[in-house]
Amino acid sequence: MNGVHDMGGMHGFGPVTPEANEPVFHASWEGRVLAMRRAVGAWRRWNIDAGRHTIETLPPADYLRLTYYEKWLESTIKLVLGAGLVTPLELETGRRDPAVPVATPPLTADKVLPVIMKGGPTQRETAVRPRFAAGQSVRARDINPVGHTRLPRYVRGRHGTIECDHGAHVFPDSNARFEGENPQYLYTVRFAARELWGEAANPADAVYLDLWEDYLDPA
Amino acid sequence: MAHDHDDHPHDHDHGSELPETALRVKALESLLVEKGLVDPAALDAIVDAYENKIGPRNGARIVARAWIDAGYKARLMTDATAAIAEFGFSGAQGEHMVVVENTPAVHNLVVCTLCSCYPWPVLGLPPVWYKSSAYRSRAVIDPRGVLRDFGLSLSDEVAVRVWDSTAEIRYLVLPERPAGTEGLDAEALADLVTRDAMIGTAKVSAP
Repeated sequence: MNGVHDMGGMHGFGPVTPEANEPVFHASWEGRVLAMRRAVGAWRRWNIDAGRHTIETLPPADYLRLTYYEKWLESTIKLVLGAGLVTPLELETGRRDPAVPVATPPLTADKVLPVIMKGGPTQRETAVRPRFAAGQSVRARDINPVGHTRLPRYVRGRHGTIECDHGAHVFPDSNARFEGENPQYLYTVRFAARELWGEAANPADAVYLDLWEDYLDPA
Repeated sequence: MAHDHDDHPHDHDHGSELPETALRVKALESLLVEKGLVDPAALDAIVDAYENKIGPRNGARIVARAWIDAGYKARLMTDATAAIAEFGFSGAQGEHMVVVENTPAVHNLVVCTLCSCYPWPVLGLPPVWYKSSAYRSRAVIDPRGVLRDFGLSLSDEVAVRVWDSTAEIRYLVLPERPAGTEGLDAEALADLVTRDAMIGTAKVSAP
């Protein structure tokens, strides 16, 4: 979707302001949000792409106003409601519906580190051969899907060069809609800064993006 | 300096301490626990992992080893995921790792313009500035200006490569080893390597 989250190349947000000796969390609730997000994720009722899309579909003004962990809180609430893990009435009252049996959490403390260490690899085996090879010229497709996509606006229609492929990976556009993983080749594509931003850019500079085959045409 | 809200009213990507938010979080946690959806001890373990176990010290050890061990560096540059796993670092948000090397001629900078993707197993959770609208919007169009915000001015002769983490590949910058560190061992070298140097917004300084 052409959302406010797709920020590459926008102006007006001011300088970057690093914080000296920044703590991991600025308040204890931030850590609880991170932890809840991961722990309810263990129910496997959604995937990482669908999760990202719930953040992208926050109202644009909220997206810009909320902090990172505030966005995660809103998104987690949307996800547990959408998956039916929590009912709207339970959320409103803060109490379990007595008609619903108490569940057993899939993620227990002893499993936390092993689950973190395992992660969720997105590479998949495929018998298909890659369509593009390193060094080949490509053009990012000019697509404007209303759903989730990882093709940012600032490269659509622009010419780049295949740097390498990473094998086949889960395709976020279909996975976010729960329409299947549709694994396809993922390439690192080099775009000259001047191709993206015009003659004012330094001729030596470049931006590299990881783009799926469905985002690319030969050029 | 990160909290000057007056200057940037549209960029509130800071940690917030609104009591209302804290209360909502507490209410959600109570409900999820009461329903048996989450184990509170598991929540404690997740917070502990990212506060105390998984952070930029991991990445610093990788960098120091690559500086002193040519064989390790070769493995790191060809299969970073496997080379990083040699240290026991792996998993969530670092399933597919790539290391990019800074040299006198090339400077690398990592960003995620679409959200805030970041190599958690080697750097921990991202700092607020990395998640800010200012960084995400400008890193790709004005990387040299962003580096100046960090006090780093690069010559026009140095090529800047920006890596926008649009997929599940996560990037770690291998900074240049500073001159005058020839006598240091891996531990002492790791002490010099900062988080920002491994994102690409800083260089490593000699002690």
